[in-house]
Amino acid sequence: MTKLIIILLSAVFINNYVLSRFLGICPFLGVSKKLDSATGMSLAVIFVMMISTAVTYPIQMYLLIPNHLEYLQTIVFILVIAALVQLVEITLKRFIPSLHKSLGVYLPLITTNCAVLGVTILNIDEGYTFLEAMVNSLGSGLGFFLAMVMFSGVRSKLEGADIPKSFKGLPITLIAASITSLSFMGFGGVIENLFA
Amino acid sequence: MNKLQNFTKGIIKENPVLVLVLGTCPTLATSTNVMSALGMGAAATVVLLCSNIVISALRKIIPDKVRIPCFIVLIAGFVTMVQLLVKAFAPALDASLGIYLPLIVVNCIILGRAEMFAQKNKVIDSAIDGLGMGAGFTLALVAMATIREVFGNGTFLGMPIPVLSENHISILTMAPGGFFVFGLLIAVVNRFFKNKPRKKSFGCAACPQAEICGGSCSGEEVNND
Repeated sequence: MTKLIIILLSAVFINNYVLSRFLGICPFLGVSKKLDSATGMSLAVIFVMMISTAVTYPIQMYLLIPNHLEYLQTIVFILVIAALVQLVEITLKRFIPSLHKSLGVYLPLITTNCAVLGVTILNIDEGYTFLEAMVNSLGSGLGFFLAMVMFSGVRSKLEGADIPKSFKGLPITLIAASITSLSFMGFGGVIENLFA
Repeated sequence: MNKLQNFTKGIIKENPVLVLVLGTCPTLATSTNVMSALGMGAAATVVLLCSNIVISALRKIIPDKVRIPCFIVLIAGFVTMVQLLVKAFAPALDASLGIYLPLIVVNCIILGRAEMFAQKNKVIDSAIDGLGMGAGFTLALVAMATIREVFGNGTFLGMPIPVLSENHISILTMAPGGFFVFGLLIAVVNRFFKNKPRKKSFGCAACPQAEICGGSCSGEEVNND
């Protein structure tokens, strides 16, 4: 149990996908301008991360490894994720239209989001059990959510600021991301000591 | 557009990293030292070249409606080949690139070039475009890695630099330094290439999935200069 909590908390705070592993930077910079779109995107990411781990983990363990096909991992995973995202979108549209309305536009964008493929491959590389892999995916998604929501707050403040001309737009956003990421470094070592 | 312009546009005018702002994740993650930046640049260039050639050669065969899945499968195939080659012949590079090597599959530069260039142009032009974009990507990566390694670690390609190796700013090699140096580099590019409008900057024009999302991701508004 303690191990699961450590995995969850380190995925959210220490190995934050966006701010310390640099995965999923495109949506982080592109969609974080408004709070509601940031929330929608991150909820969709959490959802897709959990489902793709639930599907790719058994595929790796029971299909690829017994047949010595580990080298197909990249192709199989990206195909499974792409198909899964389509499937989720169609299902949501048919059965839960209200949820589809709020998450739907973000779903197609997630197919090529490196955070999702990243989390499925890292779960295998780290040698997690199925439960640990699921917890890690949840934590990674929550970390993405936290970073997106925090950063959309930072960006709304940036809007009214007087910025040198060449820094307008993306450069100042990156500098702000740098400072946000600096604040997350403060969590380093905290989680391990908490349960030591 | 002649062949030379076609090649150089990827390096300066439409630099995938600094002007189009595509492929930010590997740029930030693998630019901690020059060696892994070179490795990442080379791996991505090979994939880009191969995928551009094959996609351009198959552009009349692939049905329009399923082109994105087709592109992704082709790209994933080439990435797997590169991955196996790197694992076999450069295990040290494989260790330093780690997860970012398989993640070349989802690098927006490669899918973006397939969508924006290779599926509309001849094989030779697409190959040149791939090489140019790959060179631009590698150059931007190496420029960033040089700044981060020289000032953050006091070394260049592993060789210590006299004064800096005792007085290095280690934060530059960590995550915040990555964002910071990237922001500064883009600001410098903005400052000196200001007259050239950044029409295709970060946003829907450069996004391979713009057609699906129709600008609803609001990425379009990022660049407000």
